[in-house]
Amino acid sequence: MTDPLPHPLAGDPARVGVVPSRSSVPHVLVVGATSAIAQALCRRLAAHGWALTLTSREADALVPIAADLRVRGAVRVTTQALDPCRFEGIAAAFAAAAAGGDLDGVVVCHGALTDEQGRFLAPDETRRIIDVNFTSAAALLAVAAESLAARRSGFLCGISSVAGDRGRQSNFTYGAAKAGFTAYLSGLRNRLHPLGVAVITVEPGIVRTPMTAGLPAADSRLATSPDVVAADIERAILRRRDVVYTPWFWRWIMTVIWSIPEPIFKRLKL
Amino acid sequence: MMSRQRTISGWGRQPVLSMDVAEPADPADVSRLVRATPPGGVVARGLGRAYGDSALNAGGLVAACRRLDRFRSFDAASGTLEVEAGVSFQEIIETLLPRGWFLPTTPGTKFVTVGGAIAADVHGKNHHRRRSLGQFVESLQMVVGDGSVVTCSRDERSDLFFATLGGMGLTGIILAATLRLVPVETSRVTVEYRKTRDLDHTLENFEDHDATYEHSVGWIDCMARGAAMGRSVVMQANWTALDELRGASRAGALELPSKLKKTVPFTPPVSLLTPLSVRVFNQMFYAIHTDGVKIVDLDSFFYPLDAVSHWNRLYGPRGFVQYQAFFPKASSRQGLRALLDCVVQSGAASFLAVIKSCGEADGGVLSYLEPGHTLALDIPYRVGAVDDLCRRCDRIVLEHGGRLYLAKDALMDAATFRAMYPRLGEFLDVKRRYDPAGRFTSSQARRLAIE
Repeated sequence: MTDPLPHPLAGDPARVGVVPSRSSVPHVLVVGATSAIAQALCRRLAAHGWALTLTSREADALVPIAADLRVRGAVRVTTQALDPCRFEGIAAAFAAAAAGGDLDGVVVCHGALTDEQGRFLAPDETRRIIDVNFTSAAALLAVAAESLAARRSGFLCGISSVAGDRGRQSNFTYGAAKAGFTAYLSGLRNRLHPLGVAVITVEPGIVRTPMTAGLPAADSRLATSPDVVAADIERAILRRRDVVYTPWFWRWIMTVIWSIPEPIFKRLKL
Repeated sequence: MMSRQRTISGWGRQPVLSMDVAEPADPADVSRLVRATPPGGVVARGLGRAYGDSALNAGGLVAACRRLDRFRSFDAASGTLEVEAGVSFQEIIETLLPRGWFLPTTPGTKFVTVGGAIAADVHGKNHHRRRSLGQFVESLQMVVGDGSVVTCSRDERSDLFFATLGGMGLTGIILAATLRLVPVETSRVTVEYRKTRDLDHTLENFEDHDATYEHSVGWIDCMARGAAMGRSVVMQANWTALDELRGASRAGALELPSKLKKTVPFTPPVSLLTPLSVRVFNQMFYAIHTDGVKIVDLDSFFYPLDAVSHWNRLYGPRGFVQYQAFFPKASSRQGLRALLDCVVQSGAASFLAVIKSCGEADGGVLSYLEPGHTLALDIPYRVGAVDDLCRRCDRIVLEHGGRLYLAKDALMDAATFRAMYPRLGEFLDVKRRYDPAGRFTSSQARRLAIE
């Protein structure tokens, strides 16, 4: 249960002297902690004995989740209400989470899917999907990046989606938002690498969660459980990976999808 | 709350029945589900390890409660654990064994949920010492017939509490339970193996040695006939103390056993457990074991079959029946002999035959153990032949004052059940009090007329 402190959070080993002294237990902020993937991930991090700060729009929903994580081994769990789409609250919420000066990582898990299925969304719906999946996530990461960059250690992890790899007619609004998120993470990684902060892009395929319940895709043979995705994210964090497709075969599926020329792609029903 | 039509079975893979299955996401969902119960009624289901039709409800609704999987609290001073009903024994072990706590008693698989284990009032290899799981349940939170959430314990609504221990889910849906765990120093047990010559010798071994062992079980070579009938490998064990371990194993005293798992990837077209293969297996099992003491990891001792996922597929598409009977002390020698004789004579192969002795009676109104012995047999299912065999066995069990374990039963009839369980009337009184509309029912409940 008490794995030795994994090196990944300590930053670039060559800069050890630069790394501020830190408590021996990694502390991770999980945004959107009520999501199925976040819960599965938190259980795994709790089993390592880590400290967790959880945020959600509905703080009440975090109470039983926090209790569960404490029994599962988390050394400390704090909860905090945060609606990432209320941008004015982001800086304060992050400051509260990082107040102890020991924050090692941030995992951005919040997201929203609408029953798009090729529909043309109303303007406010388009904005909501893009704000939840991209704008708010980018705003949060910018604040977190500044803080971790100053400490020259830690990691940022964003749950994007394979839907962002190429726009398809079935969910192009969601896909576009995730494409933006993926690009943002990629740029952030480039920016933060010299500062010893890892940026991890997670691209899950179809996951059976309350978010996808009722969608035809959730019945697909390719659909997987949140815990499989969480196991991949856990490994990615421990190994400071850059981009992780989960399950692994999505990398190859997306390679095929990328390689289809647009004149053909536009005719496909994907 | 969405439900979908599914065709499912218990662990014995027969009967296979059609019903709606809903997966409540949290306790509030369960209340909503119960309030909207369809005419066919509802029964909770966990990991589907009951062998027969206990967690099936043909034509009605099954509430698959696996998603109620949160730990609520753990007090490391007293070992008191509160968990939601869908938490599995495996999760409890993985979470708390490294901190030195284990389940007070466990069935032969860790792939059961807390809710299912309480509903069946499961017991383990230590019944002679600790009795069943119900002894370690402090309180329950459950949804009763009107959809409301109530708590019950030995002091509060004790009628509901004792009817729910072993009540096969017919008094309500368990949301959460508070259990007392037991402290252990290591993740291993020190096992003493003794081979016995025949049934009398096996029982004598239990009689002579049970008092000094926490765990005690016999694996019967059920192909042995005549004078050797009932010969066994008796395994009696205590938790390994820290000072019994040396070196590296001492440093990792509470480590979980490593997880090399095999699986039966698909159902073979016919049962691979034929009389011949079972005979060979049983003889080898008896032959390779020698008397002596060994330290083994807890998975090998408590959960040998968990190492092979889907082992139930070995019995082929027709599945199997697990027949577990209890005989009270006064008549158990004769009862066990008659039952073994009946099964051996029929030529029905039993891959697994497990015998153990039982301690004091349990608290549940429908709990089935009291001082005596229990014998569990696996019988590959064949329509007709096995039904007849089980009827003959049922008569033997009845004649000797015994009863069958409801978590394994798939074939018993209502009259037999009524004769074996004299406290049924008392159970039904409680059920009517908390479920006046009769919403909680299952295929087994209808077969046994528990309504």
